[in-house]
Amino acid sequence: MRPPSLLSLTLDSALLHIAHIADLSHLPDHLVIDLFRRTLSAGKLTEKVLKLFLATGCEEIILAVQLLNIKQPIVPVLPTRCSESEVDIVIAALQPNLTTFFEAWRPFFSRFHIIVVKDPDMAENLQIPTGFDLKVYTKSDINGVLGASSINFSGHSCRYFGYLVSRKKYVISIDDNCLPVKDTAGSTVDVVAQHMANLKTPATPFFFNTLYDPYRKGVDFVRGYPFSLREGVECMLSCGLWMHNADYDPMTHVVKRNQRNTTYVDAVMTVPLGAMLPVSGINVAFNRDVLGPAMFPGLRLQNEGKHRWDTLEDIWNGLCAKVVCDSLGYGVKTGLPYVMRSDAEAGKALESLKDWEGVKVMDDVLPFFQSLKLSRTAVTVDDCVKGASWNCT
Amino acid sequence: MAGTVTVPGSSVPSTPLLKDELDIVIPTIRNLDFLEMWRPFFQPYHLIIVQDGDPTKTIKVPEGFDYELYNRNDINRILGPKASCISFKDSACRCFGYMVSKKKYIYTIDDDCFVAKDPTGKDINALEQHIKNIMSPSTPFFFNTLYDPYREGADFVRGYPFSLREGTHTAVSHGLWLNIPDYDAPTQLVKPKERNERYVDAVMTIPKGTLFPMCGMNLCFDRDLIGPAMYFGLMGDGQPIGRYDDMWAGWCVKVICDHLSLGVKTGLPYIWHSKASNPFVNLRKEYKGIFWQEDIIPFFQNVTIPKDCDTVQKCYLYLSGEVKEKLGKIDPYFVKLADAMVTWIEAWDELNPATPAAENGKAK
Repeated sequence: MRPPSLLSLTLDSALLHIAHIADLSHLPDHLVIDLFRRTLSAGKLTEKVLKLFLATGCEEIILAVQLLNIKQPIVPVLPTRCSESEVDIVIAALQPNLTTFFEAWRPFFSRFHIIVVKDPDMAENLQIPTGFDLKVYTKSDINGVLGASSINFSGHSCRYFGYLVSRKKYVISIDDNCLPVKDTAGSTVDVVAQHMANLKTPATPFFFNTLYDPYRKGVDFVRGYPFSLREGVECMLSCGLWMHNADYDPMTHVVKRNQRNTTYVDAVMTVPLGAMLPVSGINVAFNRDVLGPAMFPGLRLQNEGKHRWDTLEDIWNGLCAKVVCDSLGYGVKTGLPYVMRSDAEAGKALESLKDWEGVKVMDDVLPFFQSLKLSRTAVTVDDCVKGASWNCT
Repeated sequence: MAGTVTVPGSSVPSTPLLKDELDIVIPTIRNLDFLEMWRPFFQPYHLIIVQDGDPTKTIKVPEGFDYELYNRNDINRILGPKASCISFKDSACRCFGYMVSKKKYIYTIDDDCFVAKDPTGKDINALEQHIKNIMSPSTPFFFNTLYDPYREGADFVRGYPFSLREGTHTAVSHGLWLNIPDYDAPTQLVKPKERNERYVDAVMTIPKGTLFPMCGMNLCFDRDLIGPAMYFGLMGDGQPIGRYDDMWAGWCVKVICDHLSLGVKTGLPYIWHSKASNPFVNLRKEYKGIFWQEDIIPFFQNVTIPKDCDTVQKCYLYLSGEVKEKLGKIDPYFVKLADAMVTWIEAWDELNPATPAAENGKAK
């Protein structure tokens, strides 16, 4: 048998690195075609790689794509880092028609079990497209499971019921008015893959790395970062962000009604030990096995409505979670992934302002959490939450 | 409009040039050819060049720049016996430039740093971004998930307490680097080809209580607010350690900023770092530092500056006492360093006599 030619070896090598090649247009057509064929055989065709081949303008490839009926967006062929058995996706349904939502998220959600919790205050039936492994929980389920409980699961808080009934290690939660967004390279962001990457790589809360998450590709710890702190700690909470309609309070919505978030910040970072942050429930993921007991709706505003700006439940929850993580040596990350959040009617923000208590609440809440010291004997999340609640009263 | 940088056709308010309020401090031993690339951005400003190494060598400064140049002979002449606190044969000597400056702001840059391009291909005006950073407030008491809320297009997110939205004065703007990243020697040896290619379009305040590795390659600070704490330590010739000058200054600066409620920002702007230093040479310089920093970091994390230290100098002198007492046990170097810290403050105060109304960094 003849040994492989130098050309063949080169193409194999290119195939190995296909995800990192930026431009193929300098290659002659017959080589581009050969490389495309090898890419298909190896199962390495992703959205980004397909774009790379199409950009060469090679007619044969364009024809092949049409004949093979290759469509964008494509479900990634490469296995992502997580398995279906580990992840539940929890969606709070505050609007009845979820067709657009689920169709848009289908390429990323279809592998996973989805828990949809219907706002107990909502009368209409949910419209959800088929083809998902999905279970809907309604008001009767909530009452059936919990009976009379002091926890109010109406509105955005209904998602916490989903966290309660989930049996998976990780939970990812996204608001029902958010859709996938494209990154600066034009590829659609796989929110699941990014949250899982955040949760499965260590966090670094003890010292700030100026190049942000050192576990991302192409970057590392910088000079001056102590070596003993480079192992990091387990990340329990991943806080994502939002393009377009950012998560502002109602006052900011009214004052800056035309402002939209158009800056895609390509970074993930650990929120340092002792630093508090406002966690937004719009786009969040966490390790349910460990942090689950801390993920509950504690703070309910008196006139809590159905808009995100009417709530602070997630902010309270995030502060609890951060104090617990700091106390037990776990990490919290913030930054990527982004989702595209659609506009809410800005006029409604003005209405909400009338009875809004939000101006003063955080001024009392934050100092409480900043001064909260949990007992050294609280070594589990359970104990920590109980300890925090004692301090509350 | 004179004295400002305008963005044509934009409604964004222009950033003031501050050409009479900002000095650019550059340490060098070779030449200043890199200034040619920076000319469109740096020419309006006064440069303070600190020449390290052989004082008999003449450093050629490109035409058209307004500058003052100091070599070792000048440093010895101006400071007399106090010159012992200024490092020799190390870029740490740049802090002499901070001391002799008469301006409010300092921008310091290394001579192997060039103009970088943003993702649209446009040249980055690093100085303009630093000025924006330092003239807008910081937010060290609560992390804003949308990063610097004072940037165009951003704001405080829901849940951010209103009482904290005024922010605090920004004392330091720490910029970053594309191309050759600022890695330590072991990382350079393991990843010699790694280049920083990711443009992260964010500026953020480093939270209170969090330490960070401050790099002196692309750094801007308010001399009035924090100047005396920007001592770059004893490095180089005759010292057991090197490449920790900016790190040391950064730890002292952050602890004092936290105490005086001043802010430190990091992120944009990027510069293009062109030269990778020799990792084997670096390893020899950093070797002791890599071990010592394991003790140094807990020291800075646990130091508590007393309430009555209400100026930068008082805070710094308190720190020097703690360094001598607590770190002196690790190595006699720290005793020498603590003494040098005191000498530095004495020299600073001598060259910068405080007027009653303008005490450095007085807490709000």
